[in-house]
Amino acid sequence: MNSTIPSQTTLPWLWRLPALVYRSGALIISLLLIGLIVLLSGASPIEVIGRMLVGAVSTPDQIGRVVATLSTLLLCAAGLVYTFNAGLYNLGVEGQVTFGAIATTFVLRLLYPEEATASLLPPPLTIALGILAGALGGVLWGLLAGALHVYGRISEIFAGLGLNFAATGVAIYLIFGPWKRPGVASLSGTQPFDESLWLGTFGQTEATPVGLGLGLLALLITIVVMRNTYFGLRLRAVGKNQYAAHVLGVPARQQLLSAFFICGLFAGLAGAIQVVGVFHRLIPNISSNLGFLGLLVVMLVNFDPLWVLPVALFFSALNIGSLQLPLSLGLESSLAGVIQGLLVLFALLGRGLAQRYAAS
Amino acid sequence: MGLFACATAGFGLRVKVELQHIHKRFGPVHANDDVSLTVEAGTIHGLLGENGAGKSTLVKILSGFITRDSGVILLDGRPAHIRSPADALRYGIGMLHQDPLDFPPLTVVENFMAGSPSTPPILNPRAAEREFRRWCARFNFDIDPHAQVGDLTVGERQQLEIVRLLANGVGTLILDEPTTGISASQKTLLFQTLRRLADEGKSIIFVSHKLEDVEALCDRVTVMRRGQVAGELDLRPLHAGAQQASSHHPEIAARIVELMFGRALAMPTKPPTRRDEVVLSIEGLVLRSDRLEIRVDQLSLHRGEVVGIAGLEGSGQQLFLTACAGLEPPAAGSIHIAGHNLTHRPYADFLRAGVCYVPADRLREGLIAGLTIQEHVALRASGRHFFIDRAEVRAEAERAIAAFNIRGRPDTYVERLSGGNQQRTQLALLPAPLSVLVMEHPTRGLDIESTLWVWQQLIARCQQGTAILFASSDLDEIVQYSDRVIVFSGGRVSPAIPVAELDVELLGQMIGGRF
Ligand SMILES: Nc1ncnc2c1ncn2[C@@H]1O[C@H](COP(=O)(O)OP(=O)(O)OP(=O)(O)O)[C@@H](O)[C@H]1O
Ligand SMILES: [Mg+2]
Repeated sequence: MNSTIPSQTTLPWLWRLPALVYRSGALIISLLLIGLIVLLSGASPIEVIGRMLVGAVSTPDQIGRVVATLSTLLLCAAGLVYTFNAGLYNLGVEGQVTFGAIATTFVLRLLYPEEATASLLPPPLTIALGILAGALGGVLWGLLAGALHVYGRISEIFAGLGLNFAATGVAIYLIFGPWKRPGVASLSGTQPFDESLWLGTFGQTEATPVGLGLGLLALLITIVVMRNTYFGLRLRAVGKNQYAAHVLGVPARQQLLSAFFICGLFAGLAGAIQVVGVFHRLIPNISSNLGFLGLLVVMLVNFDPLWVLPVALFFSALNIGSLQLPLSLGLESSLAGVIQGLLVLFALLGRGLAQRYAAS
Repeated sequence: MGLFACATAGFGLRVKVELQHIHKRFGPVHANDDVSLTVEAGTIHGLLGENGAGKSTLVKILSGFITRDSGVILLDGRPAHIRSPADALRYGIGMLHQDPLDFPPLTVVENFMAGSPSTPPILNPRAAEREFRRWCARFNFDIDPHAQVGDLTVGERQQLEIVRLLANGVGTLILDEPTTGISASQKTLLFQTLRRLADEGKSIIFVSHKLEDVEALCDRVTVMRRGQVAGELDLRPLHAGAQQASSHHPEIAARIVELMFGRALAMPTKPPTRRDEVVLSIEGLVLRSDRLEIRVDQLSLHRGEVVGIAGLEGSGQQLFLTACAGLEPPAAGSIHIAGHNLTHRPYADFLRAGVCYVPADRLREGLIAGLTIQEHVALRASGRHFFIDRAEVRAEAERAIAAFNIRGRPDTYVERLSGGNQQRTQLALLPAPLSVLVMEHPTRGLDIESTLWVWQQLIARCQQGTAILFASSDLDEIVQYSDRVIVFSGGRVSPAIPVAELDVELLGQMIGGRF
């Protein structure tokens, strides 16, 4: 190509700084803005950050919650690494989590009917089948989004959002309809499962070894696949330039569908863990919005799975720690959302500026 | 004073352009290394050089698209402060890019009015149209003011852009490789126009890879090599001696080539490589896009044969090539490869049958920006194993880089390579053996040496039995390397004509629709 896009090169030299400057500059600005917002809400930024982090690790109970959040978040983020690298904004991850949870609940109810006093199969087997069903449910919802995108030529963003609504709708219908609690139907969800169907935990906390193990395993597999396999390379090729990848002989559709498949699988597992490990029943917001948080994590690390673990841990701690803010400082716990949102927004801005203006 | 004094410089005044000790680095690449160049008012100055020599960088610095690291620009002896294209335009410097920048869906007049610094706050389309017609009449340009810019040919867009710049008071006109993709008659008109502008006192910089063009048109020529000026030649005696300006001068050409590459170049000769066996055969093919429909009744390609496709750009060549490669399904008709009917079969079957497509738009269709050379190599090898053997892939990439003389490393991102090296990379990625190679503009934008080298590789492929089907806007290239030629003209397709019955002139007439 002989011409450059003029706006890329018309900036005075002052603007042409190394890419790192843009990226770290964006990070610093976002931190300053966060500080400012905290100040405006009448607290000291240092105190707030301190309370949040302390709040996250103050008691074993709190640590357990952080780990439980982290487990689900890791599953979602690992799945999203595939779709992002394939060039897809899979906003449907929330619906995939939800539908996974629905599928898990369905199987558990099947194997442990309401009137029964014990599971029809040994409880561990019941749990395992429930988790498997969750994975399949997520895959189904993921492939549905994939088919709409690949064959129906619908933007994966809209397909995903639509399917999110659908999944939540199904969940609420079930909670208020066929699966309602004996006597009262309420937003608090279905009748909790018998304790024999709860996943074992670390001590008395909410964290489950199975959940954490699945999250870490999913991430590990993802790192290996993205860095060391032809499959990961083909996925990136399709994500960067679908037509050229096709011309070079990469089966683009198949790759896109695989990305939806894997993301659905991991998200469905996340939904299953939310049911058998965290809430022990189906509730309307079973995902706790961790699918969306996963999107932020993966965007913040620039789709590189290697950095997912620390960022996911940080975000999980913020999420749990911020729950302490209303009690200790009289602040809204939604501050965690503001902080996470700003960080990602500015990280994306920094990357965009670096791509546009940075001296090569 | 500065700006306003200069704003009028374009009108009537003769501007001498001097670039002194220009430096520009892109990371480790010293793209302009102490370059000095003087363009006298009223002359056409050619700028030649191998791919990556730094020609575009230099003219983009002058036209404000790139900021220099150091060095001085003098206009009529006074330093000019150029930091953006708008600055340059105020000094009366305008540039035509090789690939026209993307045009919004505007009409010709709207485009003509847009972007002028002297635009009054209220646009007057009728006055603009009158003005536009006046300029066109002056240069014998024939452009419908109400046509959509997107529907113009490359040559017409170029004419529109020249007129727009002149109306903006440009006194220094820069053209970066302006003769690719335009018809022979448009080229003649362009040269007449440039000559006239020079005679009026404007200074013109003409960047090109085509020696004949530079010889025919330019008063002086500067040759660049690896970021530096390799030498300068005065071509005026040559025009003075022979009145018919287009006559070829092998001695001068040889000297320029020496300056460009440091040695003389040998033309590859194409031995007869055609075999009896038919490898690609097409019957009753009908292809449709939203703009045109083309029909190819019958075509058989033999192993080792080269068939060139000539025609104005946008006459359906791309449609035809992508159909032959299996990327576009035909509306009717059949395609057989090596005796197998592959009509409406998936692209993967074409690949398996040894058909390969090399598109013209290297970075948008052929290679994947954001991936490295070795990742491309791995991508081609993909499918045999699950895990990538990094050492193996790296070694493979290094072999390809050495064999194809690519200036880059295995971990160089392809978008960082110069055009010539991107094309070398595309060729390096082609699998062997290959039955049919379908190429669009195989040497567009490549310097002479790279062009010769590419054809050497292609001829070697033919000797191994590969049939080549290629489209090009360079008629010399078509006549030199093809066994047979097909002409696309206004939706019509000629039968394949043996090249012995053709010459460049006849071909030009056929492209104009006479067959
Ligand atoms: N934006 C950029 N970033 C990094 N390197 C660049 C950039 N633009 C040009 N270069 C490098 O600078 C050198 C000179 O490039 P330039 O485009 O000026 O060459 P050229 O003489 O116009 O070549 P061609 O005949 O291929 O158009 C090349 O090595 C090229 O790779
Ligand atoms: Mg150039």
